[in-house]
Amino acid sequence: MKFFRTGFAEGILILILLAFFVIFSFTSPSFLTVNNLYNLVRQVAIIGVVSIGMTIVIISAGIDLSVGSIVGFSNILVAMLMTHGVPIIPSILITFAAGLVLGVINGVLIHDGRVPPFIATLGMMTAVRGLLMLISGARMVAGLPRPFLNFAQINILWMPSLFFVWLVVIALSVVMTTVTRFGRNVFALGSNPEAARLSGINIRATLYGVYAFSALTSSIAGILYTSRLANGIPTAGEGYELDAIAAAVVGGASLMGGEGTILGTVLGALIIATLRNGGDLLGINPFILQIAIGVLIVAAVLIDQLTKRKNA
Amino acid sequence: MDAGEAPERALFLSGIESMAEQSSATVVSMTGIRKSFPGVQALKGVSFSVKAGEVHGLVGENGAGKSTLIKILMGAYSKDDGTIAIEGKEVEIHNPLQAKSQGMAAVYQDVMLARHLSTGENFFLGKLPRTPLGLVDWKKIHQVTRETLKDLDLSIDPRMLVRHLPPAQQEMVTIAKAVYEKSKVIVFDEPTALLTNEQVTGLFALIKKLKKKNVGVIYISHRLEEIFAICDRVTILKDGEWVDTLEVSQTDQDTIITKMVGRSIGEMYSIHHPKRGEKVLEARGLTREPRFRSVDFDLYQGEILGFFGLVGSGRTDILRCIFGADRAESGEIRIRGLRAPINSPQRGIRAGIGLLPENRQTSGLGMSLAVDININLASYDLISRGGFVNLGEEASRARRFVSDLIIRTPSIKQKVRNLSGGNQQKVVVAKWLSRNSDIFIFDEPTVGVDVGAKMEIYKLIQTLLAKGKAIILVSSYLPEVMGLADRIIVVYEGNVTGTVLRSEFEEEKILRLASGIVNRANGQKL
Repeated sequence: MKFFRTGFAEGILILILLAFFVIFSFTSPSFLTVNNLYNLVRQVAIIGVVSIGMTIVIISAGIDLSVGSIVGFSNILVAMLMTHGVPIIPSILITFAAGLVLGVINGVLIHDGRVPPFIATLGMMTAVRGLLMLISGARMVAGLPRPFLNFAQINILWMPSLFFVWLVVIALSVVMTTVTRFGRNVFALGSNPEAARLSGINIRATLYGVYAFSALTSSIAGILYTSRLANGIPTAGEGYELDAIAAAVVGGASLMGGEGTILGTVLGALIIATLRNGGDLLGINPFILQIAIGVLIVAAVLIDQLTKRKNA
Repeated sequence: MDAGEAPERALFLSGIESMAEQSSATVVSMTGIRKSFPGVQALKGVSFSVKAGEVHGLVGENGAGKSTLIKILMGAYSKDDGTIAIEGKEVEIHNPLQAKSQGMAAVYQDVMLARHLSTGENFFLGKLPRTPLGLVDWKKIHQVTRETLKDLDLSIDPRMLVRHLPPAQQEMVTIAKAVYEKSKVIVFDEPTALLTNEQVTGLFALIKKLKKKNVGVIYISHRLEEIFAICDRVTILKDGEWVDTLEVSQTDQDTIITKMVGRSIGEMYSIHHPKRGEKVLEARGLTREPRFRSVDFDLYQGEILGFFGLVGSGRTDILRCIFGADRAESGEIRIRGLRAPINSPQRGIRAGIGLLPENRQTSGLGMSLAVDININLASYDLISRGGFVNLGEEASRARRFVSDLIIRTPSIKQKVRNLSGGNQQKVVVAKWLSRNSDIFIFDEPTVGVDVGAKMEIYKLIQTLLAKGKAIILVSSYLPEVMGLADRIIVVYEGNVTGTVLRSEFEEEKILRLASGIVNRANGQKL
């Protein structure tokens, strides 16, 4: 009973996800097959990782539009490092570091420069995309080492590696949001920045941490993307910021801040991906699917608003 | 109290009135209004009427049903049962638009104007007049607005953007707009909460003009002094029921309070003052221009130190510096004799200071967060190890303070936004108790809370004193500071104009210090 009450929103999302599964299983013979499900989780894993970072930012009452560009930048950077002879592990670490730096710059602009998050990260999104075009000459980066490319194809503990990485990020983030001091600070900041400051919470560190974490998840996603697509692709990650926001919002995060859960976002991302995957298999016109996803996003928030109004 | 009495009583009273005064037609009468929300019967057959040219006070504790009644009149809620008659004709009000077309208007605490438009545009919002060419007829807008404002003796430029007006004038614009719209009834809901004494005088003058224009005024306020200053009649509600409607000239505050809460005023400020202990805080030469300068004071364990001054006098700024929310330019703070460079809230908190800010919703609490997180908000550094929160400690602290302070909440996981104002205030107190602070700074702790919740807050202060805490109480409500404080420091335009001991408390003297009439030499310094 108590679980039902506290996890009410998540419960509804699970039901919606199950409903999609049942519908697609009956209507498409190829939906409920190991192959397709593996494909589905590989598709969702990369955007899923980005959505986790976005959720933390949204809980802090911010927004991060630069995630897609950081995915693309990490994709190009890690690819170029490796094609220039840097070994795999150092290439990945350097890419993480670069992502963190970009995230901290977001944090500095927002905290110290008092630039609204929307503007700061919009600028970052545009500039980073320009930067990656510049360093790659807007050309694909090919010829990556075999072991790196294999990673996206292997299974870890019987599941696709990309999905495994997503699970690890989910697990760490659930811990971060529920039992760490940083998590409490993020919620406090998002709920009421002035109250958080007057309660002695270090706003600077929290904001830096939030945007650094988001950029880090984007870097992880960028590296996974590189392994999966086997190339550095200058357009990688375009539009991811909106998909990530959609997943978080469908999952119950409030753009006003202070509200949202990792589990909700995970379910939101799964629901959107399942709708896309099942629709594809059924041969539904992709444009119609796009309309359906648009409706889903608004419906999620609408239902939330209506239930809140009823309770008020 | 039997609700059936209400209409008879109102009828009886209106009979008396009509003999005394000629313009006493009833504009609105609400009869047997019932309204229930899931789990609560908010109104249990309340009757209430307002006459033309009358100011009718509406009082009661939070939850008594005042705002529900008004929201029904304004069309924000629909009633379950009962009738509303306007000028004798029964009407149905289902939405705000219908209420407006029936001549109902309301002035709320947070002013409902389009802040980025001019005063004139706000007057004509949604129905801007046009010239024959189809362009906006600015001339007409400004002329009509200027005339209406002038008629009410308000000197506000119709072309001025609303956001450039001070809050008090914004309120006046809202009222003027209601007058322009030929409202028959104007509701004032806590209109003085944001106003200085001077502005309140201006507001009352305006309300008197409304009376002359035969507008019926409904006046809601927690400050009974205001009811006596401006109202003709007063209706008291309690627990969704009508208690009484009285002629203000024939009653007194004590009667009203007793009817509201079943306790008398004498018990309000009955605080036991323990013997004062050691000196815990010493401020010397504290300066932050242009807000305040060379402020010196000491604070002792077990005492309530009052800070009194008019809005904008700098009293809040001084205490924000003591806590570290703002930085002082110069001066020194000593905590238990040791120099404490307090330049951030973190430093203030570590020095044992807790600030309960004036507006708990905007600066004291995370409204979307649960009770347990709010209670521990300032203590996570104490109950975490290696960045991980000790969840057991978090929950047990929350439970302890919920039961210690009798915070009414279904569980420690309830979001604070769902608690009542008094209980929210307790959560802020719990936050600093959990931190084990020694010095509690209460900034306007009872603004916007009802008499019952006020008493609970006073009880809370008493509890803190008994625990050996030192308390700084900032208030612009003099009876409260005089009722509770051991000493009062009076601030005027950023200068301390005097320190008055409890034995020397005298309303006039303190008010003179607060208006800068008496100079510093007359104030005894401790």
